[in-house]
Amino acid sequence: MSLQASTSQTVGPYLHIGLSWLITENLAPAGVAGERLSIEGLVIDGDGKPINDALVEIWQANAAGKYAHPQDRQAKPVDPGFRGFGRSATDDQGRFRFHTIKPGRLPGPGGKLQAPHLAVNLFMRGQLKQLVSRIYFPGEPANAEDPVLALVPAERRETLIAKPLAGQSAALEWNVILQGRDETVFFDC
Amino acid sequence: MPEIIAYRRPFPGTQPDYLFPAYASTLKRAPTQPLVMLPHTLTELTGPVFGYDDLQATDHDLTKQHPADPIGERIIVSGRVLDENGRPVPHTLVEIWQANAAGRYPHRADQHAAPTDPNFTGAGRTLTDAHGHYRFVSIRPGEYPWRNHYNAWRPAHIHFSLFGSAFATRLVTQMYFPGDPLLPYDPMFNCVPDERARNRLISTLDWETTIPEIALAYRFDIILRGPNETPMENRK
Ligand SMILES: [Fe+3]
Repeated sequence: MSLQASTSQTVGPYLHIGLSWLITENLAPAGVAGERLSIEGLVIDGDGKPINDALVEIWQANAAGKYAHPQDRQAKPVDPGFRGFGRSATDDQGRFRFHTIKPGRLPGPGGKLQAPHLAVNLFMRGQLKQLVSRIYFPGEPANAEDPVLALVPAERRETLIAKPLAGQSAALEWNVILQGRDETVFFDC
Repeated sequence: MPEIIAYRRPFPGTQPDYLFPAYASTLKRAPTQPLVMLPHTLTELTGPVFGYDDLQATDHDLTKQHPADPIGERIIVSGRVLDENGRPVPHTLVEIWQANAAGRYPHRADQHAAPTDPNFTGAGRTLTDAHGHYRFVSIRPGEYPWRNHYNAWRPAHIHFSLFGSAFATRLVTQMYFPGDPLLPYDPMFNCVPDERARNRLISTLDWETTIPEIALAYRFDIILRGPNETPMENRK
């Protein structure tokens, strides 16, 4: 039996009404293991203007590289206080933010390990379906052997790697540029 | 459960492109560079799990979230969440939001000159049961104008947000009502070429679920992406 997946539709301008209740900007309350860091950024449209009605969701593994999900059968510890899901709506300045922990490495295609990363779903008015991207970490040697980054044209890889904010290694910035010269890499998921 | 290798790619013509000029806001928000094909890794095959602890008792009944009844025609909206293989998606989060009966959202960006209703916020959520069923009680939303083109009106609709069982199954969509005369003129409804795919976004009048003297009912089944193949089926 083969059904066809329902057609995606935009979240529209009033997404906050239905989605704000689950805003989760701090993914790692006290007691969660791992290297703490913050990630914030702007979402910028094709005119270079910040977008104040976008929603950013992230999905990530815990510090051991294990997802809080039954499909992850790796023999690694789960962290009971860590769901791994974040949701932030951009503010009037077009900025979103998360406080979380750096995820561990985990398996990827071809028997290779993936570098630590956050999966991103981006929703907004003017998009009929979500944009999918990833956030990788700066100065991370594993980036060089990440099998997903390897699929991205070399000159565009930097758009997926967060930058230290004002020289602080625990405060990162990752901007989403929707169009133009420095356009963020988006995936066909 | 057999190990999932990947979720299916969309059937041609059933999912929108990012750039769709009839919906003017896509022009400055659609990516211009080619998308990079993403293999489904453990990251995409897993996703957030929600439970009853995340919900409150009146979350599924939008008519019971305030001291008095909201204005409008009470409706029941229910259905099943299935994957493309016809398997129910159990215990998955369903979030909805909608305008009130006058076609107005309680949102600072909504400047439509129609009344807000102090007894209606227009947001709900629930979990599907073990068989993928969900059920909301609400009021029928009104049509509303938007500024996309001259005299643009959205057909009555309810926004739906679903997680499914993995990052790759995340879906945001809209449910429409049968016989709505605005549907042929709505760029969002008409964003895909496949007519059958569009029509699956239209709910059906559901006599079985109506409550006599109280509420009409609409059925809206939602299909999430399904696993493409399993290791067993893959073995030649
Ligand atoms: Fe709407």
